[in-house]
Amino acid sequence: MMPRVGSPTLALIVLGLPLLSFLLLAVVRPLRRSAPAAALVSIAAIAGALATAVVTLLGAGPRGLMQSPSVTWSWIPADGGPMATVGVMVDDLSMAMLLLVTLVSLLVQVYSWAYLHDEPRTSLGRYYAYHSLFAFSMLGLVLSPTFLQMFIFWELVGLCSYLLIGYWYDRPSAARAAVKAFWITKLGDLGFVAGIVMLWAATGTFDFWTLFHMGSTGALPVDSLPPIMFLIYLGAVGKSAQFPLHVWLPDAMEGPTPVSALIHAATMVTAGVFLVTRAFPLFRLTPDVLTLIAWVGAFTALLAASMACVEGDIKRVLAYSTISQLGYMMAAAGAANPEAGFMHLITHGVFKALLFLGAGIVIHVFHTNDVFRMGGLRGHPVIWLPFVVGTLALAGVPPLPGFFTKEAILAGVFEAHLRVPFAMLAITAFLTAFYMFRVVFMAFFARPHHAGHAHHHVPSLMTGVCWLLAALTLAMGLRRAFFSGHHEAEGPAWLLGLSLVLAGTGIGLAWAMYQRRAIDPARVAGALGAIGWMARRRYGLDALYAGLYRVVLLGVSRLVGWVDRYLVDGVLNVLSAWTLRAGERMRRLQTGLPQDYVYGVALGALLLFVLAQWRLR
Amino acid sequence: MPLGAYLTLAALVFAIGLFGVLTRRNAVGILLGIELMLNAVNINLVAFGRFHADLAGVIFTLFTISITVAEVAVGLAIVIVIFRVRRTVDADSLDLLRG
Repeated sequence: MMPRVGSPTLALIVLGLPLLSFLLLAVVRPLRRSAPAAALVSIAAIAGALATAVVTLLGAGPRGLMQSPSVTWSWIPADGGPMATVGVMVDDLSMAMLLLVTLVSLLVQVYSWAYLHDEPRTSLGRYYAYHSLFAFSMLGLVLSPTFLQMFIFWELVGLCSYLLIGYWYDRPSAARAAVKAFWITKLGDLGFVAGIVMLWAATGTFDFWTLFHMGSTGALPVDSLPPIMFLIYLGAVGKSAQFPLHVWLPDAMEGPTPVSALIHAATMVTAGVFLVTRAFPLFRLTPDVLTLIAWVGAFTALLAASMACVEGDIKRVLAYSTISQLGYMMAAAGAANPEAGFMHLITHGVFKALLFLGAGIVIHVFHTNDVFRMGGLRGHPVIWLPFVVGTLALAGVPPLPGFFTKEAILAGVFEAHLRVPFAMLAITAFLTAFYMFRVVFMAFFARPHHAGHAHHHVPSLMTGVCWLLAALTLAMGLRRAFFSGHHEAEGPAWLLGLSLVLAGTGIGLAWAMYQRRAIDPARVAGALGAIGWMARRRYGLDALYAGLYRVVLLGVSRLVGWVDRYLVDGVLNVLSAWTLRAGERMRRLQTGLPQDYVYGVALGALLLFVLAQWRLR
Repeated sequence: MPLGAYLTLAALVFAIGLFGVLTRRNAVGILLGIELMLNAVNINLVAFGRFHADLAGVIFTLFTISITVAEVAVGLAIVIVIFRVRRTVDADSLDLLRG
C-alpha cells in the first residue's frame, strides 16, 4: 500500500482543540463549576477534533518512500542545527491513531455525561478538564515526530491516567491505585528516558525519520543499539502493562468505568504498542530484543488470561483481558509483524471500549462489580446485545474484527518460528473465549440473585453509545472480511480452523460450566489445583512488589533517616552545643565597666608597642 | 634642654593621665585623666615642632586644644545626663553593657 501523508495544519488543529478546551476549563472557574457548560465545551472540542481527523485522513495525499512525513520546528537551538525539534508526524500510523483516539474519546465523554449523572455537579468540570487534557496528550503522543516530544506526551498521559484513576480521591483504594499506577509506570519510564538519552548520545538526534533513514543506510551504530532499544522497550513494558509491570492495570479499575474504557483499554495503555510500532525500523535492527518482546508478550497474554478466569470483578476481568490482548499485540511486534499488532490495537480499541461501556451499564443496573451477584437480564437485549458483540469480537469469532487480527498475529508469530510463544498465544485464545463467556453467562443470563436491587432503566445515551460501538465493530469486521484482499502474514491453512476450534471450545466450555451447570466450576478448579490457587493470588506478584516495597524501599528509607537524624544532625548539634558553651564562658569578659575596656585598650597598645620594638630589632 | 627631657615629661604626664583614667571611680575624675593624656600629646607636638623648626606642630596643637574643649563639653554633658538618670557618677555602677 502506498504510504500517505496528511496535512500538518489539520493535525495541529486536531491537537489544538482539546488543548483549548482544557485551558478554558482550567482557567475559567464558572465554566468549570457548571457541569453542562464544561461537558459541552469538552465534547464540542473533541467532536471538532474528530471531524478534523476525518478530514485529515480523507485529504491525505500519497507520499514518496523517501519523503519525510514530519514537519518540525526548532526547539532547543545549538551550534550546527537544533538539538531538539518539535512538530507533527502525519503518516498512516498516526492518522489511524488520531481517528481512534478522537472517536473513542468523544463516545466516552458523551457516555460519561449519563454515567456520572449522580456525581456532584461541581466536580464534573474537573472530570471533563482531565478528559480534554488526556485527549490533547494522547493526540500529541501519536503525532510526535521525535522521541523527546513523545516522551513528554508519554508522561502527560501518565499524569492524566493518575488524575482520572484517582478521580474519587476520597476513596482510599482509588488514591492508592492512582499512586500505584503512577509509580509502576514510572519504573518503566526510567528505562525509556535512559534509552532516549543513550540513543541521542550514540546518534545525535531524537528524530524518528532521521533515525529510520540512518537505519536504512546502515549509519546507525548497530553494536550499541540492543541495550538502547531494550531500555526504550522498558517504557513500553510499563505503559502497556507487560509482565512483570502489569500489576498496576487491574488496580486502575478503581477509576470511573468510562475512564477505564478510554484510558485503560482503548488508548493510553496501547501507547507502548504504538511506541514499538512507531520505532519498529529501529527494533528491526535488534533481533534479540524483538525475540524478548515476543516472549514477554506471549507470556503476559497467557498469565493475564489465566488470572481473568478466576476473577469475579467484571471490570478486573476486562482489565486482565486488556493486559492479555496487549501481550498479543506486543508478541506480533516481536515477531516482526507490527502491522498485525497495530491492526489488533485499532480493532481492540473499539471493541474493548464497547465492552467496558457495556460493563458500565451492567454496573449501573446492579450497583456492584461482582459478576456472581448479577444475572437475569435475558429479557433486555438492548443491554446485553452490544456486550455480546464485543465479547464475540474479543473471543475471535468471524466475521468480527478480533478474529482476523488475532489470526494475523498468530500467523505472524508462527511464521517467525516462535513455537513456544505461538503455543502460549493459542492457549490464550481459548482462555479468552472461556473467561469472556463466563462473564457473559453469569452477568446476563444466569438466574438473578436478588431482583430487588436492580433497576432496569438505563439512560438511552449509554445504550446508544454502546450500540454505535457495536455497529462499528461489526462494520470493521465485515469490511475486513469482504473488502480486504491481502493479508500481511498468511499463515498455514489449518490456522483458520485452529482459531475457530479454540474460540468454539472456550465458548462451549463456558456454556457448559456457567449456563448449563453441567460441569461444576469448583471441580475444575480442584483439578487444576495449584494453578488456580496461584492465579487467584495473582501469582504472588502484587505481594512480591508490596514486600519489595516494604523491605527494600522502607528499609533504605529508615537507614537514610537514621543517618540523617543521628549522623548529619548529630554533627550539627555538637557544633552548636560547643558554640553555645563557649559563648556562655566568654560572656564573663564583657563586664560592662568602661575602665575594664580601657585596661584592654592600654594593654593591647602596650603589646603592639612591644611587638613593634621586638620586630624592629 | 634636650628633646628627650620634653618627651620624658610628656610620657610622665601621659602615664599619670592613664593611671587616673584607670583608677578613678568618679566619672569627672576619668575625664580629667583623659585631659592629662591629651595634653601630654600636645607637649610632644610642640616639642617636635620647636626642634624641627616646623610650625605645623604648633598649629596642630591649637587644633587639638580646641577639639579637647569640645570633647570636654560633650563628656561633661554625658556625665550630667548619667547623673540625672542614675543619681550617681560612680564608674563601677555604670555596667549596663555587661554580657
